[in-house]
Amino acid sequence: MTRLTNFLSPFIALLVIFCIWEYLVYILSVPLYILPAPSNIFLSLNANFYELILATLNTLKITFLAFLIATFIAIFLAILFSLSKILEKSLYPITVIFQVTPVVAIAPLILIWVGLDNAQTAILILSVIVAFFPVLANTNLGFRSVDQNLKELFIINKASKWETLTKLSLPFATPFILTGMKTSIGLALIGAVVAEFVAGTGTSTGLSWIIIESGNRLDISKLFSALILLVFLGVFLFLLMSALEYNVLKRWHQSAKDN
Amino acid sequence: MLNFSGIHKEFDKEILSNINLKVREGEFLSILGPSGSGKSTLLRLASKILNPSKGKVEYKQGKNPLIGFVFQEPTLMPWRNVLSNVLLPLELKEGINKSNIDIANEWLTKVGLAGKENSFPNELSGGQKMRVSIARALVQGCDLLLLDEPFAALDEITRSKLENDLLSIWEKEKFTVLFVTHSVSEAVYLSERIIVLSSNPGQIIYEKNIDYDGSRKEFQGSNHYHEINNHIFRKLEEGMKND
Repeated sequence: MTRLTNFLSPFIALLVIFCIWEYLVYILSVPLYILPAPSNIFLSLNANFYELILATLNTLKITFLAFLIATFIAIFLAILFSLSKILEKSLYPITVIFQVTPVVAIAPLILIWVGLDNAQTAILILSVIVAFFPVLANTNLGFRSVDQNLKELFIINKASKWETLTKLSLPFATPFILTGMKTSIGLALIGAVVAEFVAGTGTSTGLSWIIIESGNRLDISKLFSALILLVFLGVFLFLLMSALEYNVLKRWHQSAKDN
Repeated sequence: MLNFSGIHKEFDKEILSNINLKVREGEFLSILGPSGSGKSTLLRLASKILNPSKGKVEYKQGKNPLIGFVFQEPTLMPWRNVLSNVLLPLELKEGINKSNIDIANEWLTKVGLAGKENSFPNELSGGQKMRVSIARALVQGCDLLLLDEPFAALDEITRSKLENDLLSIWEKEKFTVLFVTHSVSEAVYLSERIIVLSSNPGQIIYEKNIDYDGSRKEFQGSNHYHEINNHIFRKLEEGMKND
């Protein structure tokens, strides 16, 4: 397949699905409050454009912030673990607890701790909790996978721990870290959305709150508009991370060459 | 240059037993032995990456020599270009500066890789990667070069070229070489002295100085060369009878 075909085929598939959807809604006379046709969703998207764009930007802001904080914490923890086995044995199980505990179960607690009028902070914290583990696990794996001969080379050349970390472990772990970040950015978005569902209050301004509100008002066209923007946001973030991964690895890593 | 005195090394079982060996300054010494005879372990003891379970590894006058290590695989850092890979030992010692970059470039020229400075390891052939690895090991003007079966994975032609290039560099620079190999003919061609290790555990069972008249190429074509090869091959077989 050519690059153009590769690029266009998912859009063509979507267009076909939308056409079938429009036709079925029309011939089956499905009520608007059950399933709006794509044209209704488009009209709603147009009518509520500014509100929806602001909500999208707000969700994007929280997602990005959570992703950056999660990545920083995770890499910092992985570095600590690589320097101290005792720290790793003590703290790694605790990080696993955060990973396996559903975010909805701890959301009320976080909301109480930060205050009901600080819903955005609660959402941010919950999103960080959801997002940080893949980066931690992958960075940890990357550090453990460092070539033994290269480690010996650094020992022979009397490299300090800092030099070994910055010139060997971190570059070696980069493909692993980027894989973790690719998963993490998606989870940060899911975390931001789910957290807003659970912890969101009247002060919330993200896409989830629009989904909740539209659902309550049976404005399903607006709900779908928010949902579509959420999907676009997810795809955009995934493509952004894929582009970052490709550009960092393209000269030297097989995974980037294969893509 | 380097003394091994009463060396024993155990991991789960005894790998090396009672190794006594004096490595002379500037000599090219090859270590032959079957798999599991502790050849690579001996190199790691020489570089002090590993400590012996018993015995001592001592350098001349207690001074730590500059050590270069060439592994069986080229062991390059794939995220660094050729120049940065070669520069690494100097970078760790003194940081990156113009003089160090010039030295690294000189070594790239010496190993026949001028013009490849900006290539990445995945753009090089197996032989070229090994040349980068050798340049990296020698870039800081090493006193002791440790080579752990460096040419084992290369084809015959590339192997022969690299052997000759290594010899010509060694003849100019006169550092001490400890060369681990499985190949009897390679050891006889390259070395001034050969030791043969037995297996389970590794012990020195034979030692041979390689003396000949004329050039190395003439020696390689002589009956004397083939006799030494056959003789050492038999010693190697004797060493494997313990298996």
